[in-house]
Amino acid sequence: MRGARKGCWANCASYILALLLLATPVLAVQPDEMLADPVLEARARAISREIRCPVCQGETIDDSNAPISRDLRLIIRERLVAGDSDEEVVDYVVDRYGEGVLFKPRPEGANLILWLAGPVLLLAGIAVAIAAGRRRTAPDAVLSAEDEARLEEILKK
Amino acid sequence: MIVELGHFALILALMVALVQATLPLWGAQRGDARLMALAGPAAGLQLMLVAAAFAALTWAFVVSDFSLAVVVSNSHTAKPMLYKVSGVWGNHEGSLLLWVLILAIYGAAVAVFGGNLPVRLKARVLSVQGMIGVAFLAFLLLTSNPFWRLELAPLDGQDLNPLLQDPGLAFHPPFLYLGYVGLSMAFSFAVAALIEGRIDAAWGRWVRPWTLAAWIFLTIGIALGSWWAYYELGWGGFWFWDPVENASFMPWLLAAALLHSAIVVEKRESLKAWTILLAIMAFGFSLIGTFIVRSGVITSVHAFANDPERGVFILMILGFFTGGALVLFALRAGVMEARGVFALVSRESAIVANNILLSVACFVVFIGTIWPLVGQMLLGRDLSVGEPFFNAAFTPFMVALALILPPGAMLAWKRGDLRRGLRALVPVMVLAAALMALGFAMQTGRTALGPLGLGIGAWVLFGAVADLWARTGREGFANRFGRLARLPRADWGKVTAHGGLGITIFAVAAMMAWKVEDIRVVQVGETFPLGRYDVRLDEVREVEGPNYLSTMGQMTVTRNGAVVAVLSPEKRVYPVAAMPTTEAAIDYGFWRDIYLVLGDKQKSGGWAVRSYIEPFANWLWGGCLLMALGGLLSLSDRRYRVAAGVRRLPAGVPAE
Repeated sequence: MRGARKGCWANCASYILALLLLATPVLAVQPDEMLADPVLEARARAISREIRCPVCQGETIDDSNAPISRDLRLIIRERLVAGDSDEEVVDYVVDRYGEGVLFKPRPEGANLILWLAGPVLLLAGIAVAIAAGRRRTAPDAVLSAEDEARLEEILKK
Repeated sequence: MIVELGHFALILALMVALVQATLPLWGAQRGDARLMALAGPAAGLQLMLVAAAFAALTWAFVVSDFSLAVVVSNSHTAKPMLYKVSGVWGNHEGSLLLWVLILAIYGAAVAVFGGNLPVRLKARVLSVQGMIGVAFLAFLLLTSNPFWRLELAPLDGQDLNPLLQDPGLAFHPPFLYLGYVGLSMAFSFAVAALIEGRIDAAWGRWVRPWTLAAWIFLTIGIALGSWWAYYELGWGGFWFWDPVENASFMPWLLAAALLHSAIVVEKRESLKAWTILLAIMAFGFSLIGTFIVRSGVITSVHAFANDPERGVFILMILGFFTGGALVLFALRAGVMEARGVFALVSRESAIVANNILLSVACFVVFIGTIWPLVGQMLLGRDLSVGEPFFNAAFTPFMVALALILPPGAMLAWKRGDLRRGLRALVPVMVLAAALMALGFAMQTGRTALGPLGLGIGAWVLFGAVADLWARTGREGFANRFGRLARLPRADWGKVTAHGGLGITIFAVAAMMAWKVEDIRVVQVGETFPLGRYDVRLDEVREVEGPNYLSTMGQMTVTRNGAVVAVLSPEKRVYPVAAMPTTEAAIDYGFWRDIYLVLGDKQKSGGWAVRSYIEPFANWLWGGCLLMALGGLLSLSDRRYRVAAGVRRLPAGVPAE
């Protein structure tokens, strides 16, 4: 009984396995896509690590298994071989698929908020800390060196 | 029947939490000792009830009770027992039950170990803890009830997501939740202190062990998750800046800031308002993390459970607790005047700088995580934010933090001497610069990232060692060596954690800069070079696992003819979940990991093979482990156990 069930299970499974092997490549970048020139290939990889797969949100086209990602990887290599610069290749892709494919939004327009949020907050933090520090140390300045030594002793520090 | 008992226990737990949230608080306000005394037993009872519910759900998974909807969608009779049990929290409903269970454990821990807390403060802390319990128990029962029965039970389940059937991931969520929920303790203490209107050194001393514990768990949880991503996802990456990863990273950054600023409250009675704010925000970010993961509002590869209705509920919880606490904070700002004053150059200032950098870094992660949402909802644009952005925008703050850490950690309290501190660090500076130069010399034509990471990591690591050495006084080598062993554990903890950070920084840079990758088609029997190694694909065969089918390769790695490792990378298919996974084969080593992935069979007859050499991979997890160990050492310092509750420890008296 158990053996029979298991046999069926294995049968179905190998059927599904065969289906899946046909349907989904498990690897992202395939050997047959790669360029022979290692310098161009390295540039292609660097670009494809910054481009999002248009249909699968969280993945780069470098990691993605979706057919469209493969197409994009091939397009990038085609443009590189044709002699485009990295920027031109990225522009080419953005023109066709929208700015949403860029994992690093361009620092222009509203995206400046995203890019400047950290530095601005850092400056604000430093300003607040210095202002608070001034307030905190102000009474300290009134004490003479002698008083301070005494205070130090009282605080046993 | 057992399932119904569990369901009933959960409803009772909600009732008990309601009592715990209200009566002791009222009692503390009116000075009614009997009402305040309710808090402890209520917390204990809540734990027992939630634990009973959790046990009931676990039982349902173990015996594969397919009349329960969660069991059907997340389990299968053929699944190994470990994953039947871990399947309890491998889904939305069960993981929230775990969340509530851990919340109850922390609550009961305060009731048990909080003997030295003032009665009023304890009652208030437990009440706030009870309120969080009410919110999440209600959320659980109203929107995500794990005890939902099916009218017609199917014969078998739909299996757990195969990616989650993994020992590393079985323990990743519990650790992460112990961390997330642990931050609720800091929050409860902060709110209780605000209600009380008193924040002093003793408060800092009480809140710090809880924060430290939460931070340790978060560190381990994040490291486990990252390790899992490394060996399971098959790309050799360890961090993807995925929204869900960010969700756990943000509270970690703030918890790190909080446990430093709590030291200032404890030792110097300064930075009180800021520390309270951090405690509120740290838990706030835990809730934001829960919201991001559970609502699926920001699309992510982790989106196991996405449901907007639940998202709105969590958003309400988030708004109530963070908003309420912030209003309370604004009302009570007056009581948080600082006592201790400090100069611009002092340990306090260094910790302020640490806090600013960590908070800003957290904010950068936050804005990067929600920016696609902002783009969609406010700008009407489709925007993505990923690894390239975070690498560029987040890293500078971490570099700054690493650079100021060694001198900052050595400054004296109140008023320090920067020149003296830096003088002690001259050997470290020389060593770090020499290592950086060596790094540049040994690599040609690669990015500067590797050597820079090496230099910065060495600066932090050896800076920590110098810090420890400086603490032994200045009375001859033997004397100082002897004193090393007698230093308080907190000192050792500090040095271990800081050293661990240095190692982690180095390993991250090394893995990003010096990784070797090779993608090619390999025929069975063919050999190809990989760095200094040669790899041969010996054979590929079909293997049947307990609940999966595997295509397993056998590959032999040699170096100059000598066999280094025989590895078996696999491709698995889980028929029930109808999902393929890759199982990379890894030869773990001290200096490098060899990481092999088997791909598809090619039309030409060969197999696609991806191979990597991952330099210093184990140093990354080792560094994280050291950070956690440092926290543990600090937590075990006897000064926390013995002196907790003493209003002010006379300084200068040895801790012995």
